[in-house]
Amino acid sequence: MLLELTAIRKSFGGVHALRNADLSIEAGKVHAVVGENGAGKSTLMNIIAGLESRDGGEMRWKGRSVSFATPGEARSLGIGMVHQESLLAPHLTVAENVFLGREPQRGPWLDGAAMERQTVRIIDSNRFPLKAGWKVERLRPAQKQLVEICRVLHGNPSLLIFDEPTSSLSEAETAKVFRTVRELRERGIAIIYITHKLVELMDVADHITILRDGESVHTGRMADMTVDEIVRHMVGRSISAFFSRKKYPPGEERLKVDLPGVQFHVRAGEIVGVAGLVGAGRTEVCETVFGISPPHPGAVSVNGLPRDIQNPNDAVRVGIALVTEDRQRSGLAAELAVKNNITLANLGAVCAVGVVLSAKERKVAEDYRTRLKMRTDSVEQEARLLSGGNQQKVVIAKWLFRNTEVVLFDEPTRGIDVGAKAEVFALMDEMARQGKALLMVSSELPELLQVADRILVMREGTLVAELPRETTQREIMHHAAVGEQREDRAHA
Amino acid sequence: MLSRSRALQKFLPFISLAVLFVTLSIASPYFLTATNLSSVIRQTAVINTMALGMTLVIVSGGIDLSVGSILAFSGVMGTMTMVDSGSVLMGIAVGVACGAFWGFANGLMISALRIPPFIVTLGTLGIVRGMSLVISGGLPVVGLPEEHSFLGEGSIGPVPFVLVVLAGCAVIMHFALHSTKLGRYTYAIGSNEHAATYAGIAVGRYKVAIYALCGLLTGLAGMIETSRLMTGQPTAGVSYELQVIAAVVIGGGSLAGGEGSVIGTLIGAFIMGLLSNGSDLLGVNPYWQQVIIGAIIIMAVAVDQARKRRFAT
Repeated sequence: MLLELTAIRKSFGGVHALRNADLSIEAGKVHAVVGENGAGKSTLMNIIAGLESRDGGEMRWKGRSVSFATPGEARSLGIGMVHQESLLAPHLTVAENVFLGREPQRGPWLDGAAMERQTVRIIDSNRFPLKAGWKVERLRPAQKQLVEICRVLHGNPSLLIFDEPTSSLSEAETAKVFRTVRELRERGIAIIYITHKLVELMDVADHITILRDGESVHTGRMADMTVDEIVRHMVGRSISAFFSRKKYPPGEERLKVDLPGVQFHVRAGEIVGVAGLVGAGRTEVCETVFGISPPHPGAVSVNGLPRDIQNPNDAVRVGIALVTEDRQRSGLAAELAVKNNITLANLGAVCAVGVVLSAKERKVAEDYRTRLKMRTDSVEQEARLLSGGNQQKVVIAKWLFRNTEVVLFDEPTRGIDVGAKAEVFALMDEMARQGKALLMVSSELPELLQVADRILVMREGTLVAELPRETTQREIMHHAAVGEQREDRAHA
Repeated sequence: MLSRSRALQKFLPFISLAVLFVTLSIASPYFLTATNLSSVIRQTAVINTMALGMTLVIVSGGIDLSVGSILAFSGVMGTMTMVDSGSVLMGIAVGVACGAFWGFANGLMISALRIPPFIVTLGTLGIVRGMSLVISGGLPVVGLPEEHSFLGEGSIGPVPFVLVVLAGCAVIMHFALHSTKLGRYTYAIGSNEHAATYAGIAVGRYKVAIYALCGLLTGLAGMIETSRLMTGQPTAGVSYELQVIAAVVIGGGSLAGGEGSVIGTLIGAFIMGLLSNGSDLLGVNPYWQQVIIGAIIIMAVAVDQARKRRFAT
């Protein structure tokens, strides 16, 4: 065994993150670690990578008992981690980030040329869509993830931890990451792979360990498991991993978008999906409709009326909401209480002459907490303390309370677990049935196929196809990636 | 067990103030006298009033370096009006309005030109100071009506009038911060400006209101200052911004935004006032006072950081 953890315990304040977790990693194998949010996966990985200390239990590296006080100690033994959230310096370039903290030097000077050269080599050998000289602040989440991967690969690790490496990636990019993972495995590197995308696992993992409430409840060979079994172990009960939505006849047109190269409409009661590779311009469409990107006069009509949307304030006033792709950056005021986040977009409704009526606010928040089954001790709790799925419910509750007619969802299931996903879809379905018009951008094709009535496909900033819900992943990918596939063949 | 130590740390500024109060009562026989206490209140009233406005600015994730200059400008304009018109109330109104005007200007530049508050107010710190010197010709405004001294020096029974003013402002600001849209949005903007924008809040307009309110209270503080000195000094309030920011920070305000409270700020300002008063009473070299206050700012923030680390997940 390369790495062996037994009976690991860890608590924060009074909360047990890990009670009794075991994990054994072999060299040259991919080991999946799955569990719902809050099951303790990230904590366990942080302990392995030296980011957290453990309260109890044993950790052996190549048979020798070890404890890491700092990430540097773990790294020096050959343990590298690709983080779920970007830990990059936004003002530096890709190459500078790859070498951050271990810059090559020539005498007292930084050796920029060497940094650039080595970064280009890593990028090229993995065929990542990056350039060494790009500033990180201008990258999309998916590209940032690739920079993180470059960073870790540079250290020549013997154990690599991927903490949800593909949560922000499109199918095509996910396939590239898998190829990278397999290549690394061939070189004898052990890989711990954390993901919420269970279907992915089947392709890539050799072993699996399932955590629930801080304990390892199952460990074994991936080939012996089915998705349904994994889900059952994760949640401790039987639920369907798949959501199926009934189709209703849509009503009148709610939203009409007329941008150069992108024209579409969404009717009342409809959920329209938007597929495409990362960088295809899907998020930009949402942001333009919502008044964040440069405004296009007359580009957006709501209920048949052309609306001039200069900023999000205008958008919300004419009845458009946006559930953003990045909750931490733009969805939540993390230090504010759950209840304050829920009422943030419609504070006037719990105010009398500008004064917040706290009893009323609390009651509204409690209603949504019950209705959306938010798992939180109290609506007074700070939003940052909730799991990803529950945070997403808070964001959705915010817009439900505002009651806009049009709701744009940008990657609504990003970083949330199986149970919460089904609940989010049920909420979207409910909103559609109430006559709202929904637009859903997603890189998860199976989810789009489950939820959307129609699927728009974007490529390089242009709407290239509109497909019915009965379409297939292959069909979507064909439209989304024609250019890219051609490029791949050129490489091969 | 968790909540108890958390509560303890939350109330640390208050406990520090109480300990300081008791210590000084024991250490000096002159401390716990009506004369001394009312003089502490009068001395801290100016910083305290400004700090109420600064709390709002800091909670929103901003900063206002220009308050010392605005204080002087308001004082000069207010007293000149008073001397010309002979009306104290009109003078005070003009002083307060001047403060609000400069705050409004700060907010407008921050929102409309998208310049960081530090830079905008660093600029207005110079502009407004220069304007007060230009308008007054560099000379103090004298010959104020006698009645003007009531604002800073008068009493209602045993209670200094300025305490009534301060308490009134504090109650309003506490209420504004905790129970109005303006206050809620101030916390939201300070916690995550993107999220506030994406929630459809007109962030720019609220920022203008926040800085205008800070300016307004600074204008009022300027009039209190002129009332205590009975002149309008164009050089008044130099480096007050640092004391004001210190009061907010000692009281739990975070320069990163999203945190801070009116009660905390009042405690912060009084801690600084008592330290200064106590040092005087005990004959501590005034030069050391600056050292002590500096050390206390760092300690207060260090304790706060330790608390946050402990409760981070």
